[in-house]
Amino acid sequence: MKSAVIVFPGSNCDRDLAVALEKVTGFRPIMVWHGEADFDKVDLIALPGGFSYGDYLRAGAMAARSPVMKEVVKRANRGVPVLGICNGFQVLTETGLLPGALMRNANLKFVCKDVWLKVERTDTIFTNRYARGQVIRIPVAHHDGNYFADADTIRRIEDNGQVAVRYCDADGSFSPASNPNGSIGNIAGIFNEAGNVLGMMPHPERLIEPALGGADGRGFFESVMQELVA
Amino acid sequence: MKAHVHVTLKTGVLDPQGKAIQHALAALGFDGVEDVRQGKFIELKLAETDAEKARASLDEMCRKLLANTVIENYTIDLVEE
Repeated sequence: MKSAVIVFPGSNCDRDLAVALEKVTGFRPIMVWHGEADFDKVDLIALPGGFSYGDYLRAGAMAARSPVMKEVVKRANRGVPVLGICNGFQVLTETGLLPGALMRNANLKFVCKDVWLKVERTDTIFTNRYARGQVIRIPVAHHDGNYFADADTIRRIEDNGQVAVRYCDADGSFSPASNPNGSIGNIAGIFNEAGNVLGMMPHPERLIEPALGGADGRGFFESVMQELVA
Repeated sequence: MKAHVHVTLKTGVLDPQGKAIQHALAALGFDGVEDVRQGKFIELKLAETDAEKARASLDEMCRKLLANTVIENYTIDLVEE
């Protein structure tokens, strides 16, 4: 399985993401610089975390208008799987590939800790290796992860089953305490309507083997792999 | 010609930074501040001399980059130098 990691000035999780992809897929991903208007055909495009363009104007705003993103949007609309993590999620909402926006955390603090997530869908290319309702532990590290969309949009994405993962307690229940950033509906990650684009604030690439403290994040990469090889 | 663009959060969108500023003002003894909303001010210098064309172009800039219309409103003011 061939993959690409898009690198913006200020990306800082690009290498972690590349290591995770190589470990799981067996192939080293190509690293694509933000100024490239075209790149090799790949089976998965991954947008890493970090602070692209120093978060100038809004997190992800500048990156979303970079030359490489025109090509990413074109391929996403043709059905190529695109995974955006943290800043990558912010970039995806800024391009309009995903609905809503990521705002400053409700408590105004940068949050860096492990959180529990409930997997809402398992019939997708990104989550088929998890069990429905499975509770997994993955770290978050962000200042702008407060998912917001207007009431009509929230209703639409809920009705369509576009919520991929939600922040929860260790037992899978939802409470204000399990929500690290004020996101509406405890939303931690969403799909686009077609299901080939996933954006999520938590960092699955940071927990892909026991030596790192856990392997709960591995399933996202294995799912894509399974889907493409099967 | 110069343009002043104000970008503000839409009504109903929670503004935790505005709230924090409000609390800080209260802590400094400024009573009676009923609400604070924080936004951005962007000043642009344009080569365009036709006001109507400038406004149309600025509107497009706001929609494409300067504001995120999912959460933000914007206003455009042209300023004679």
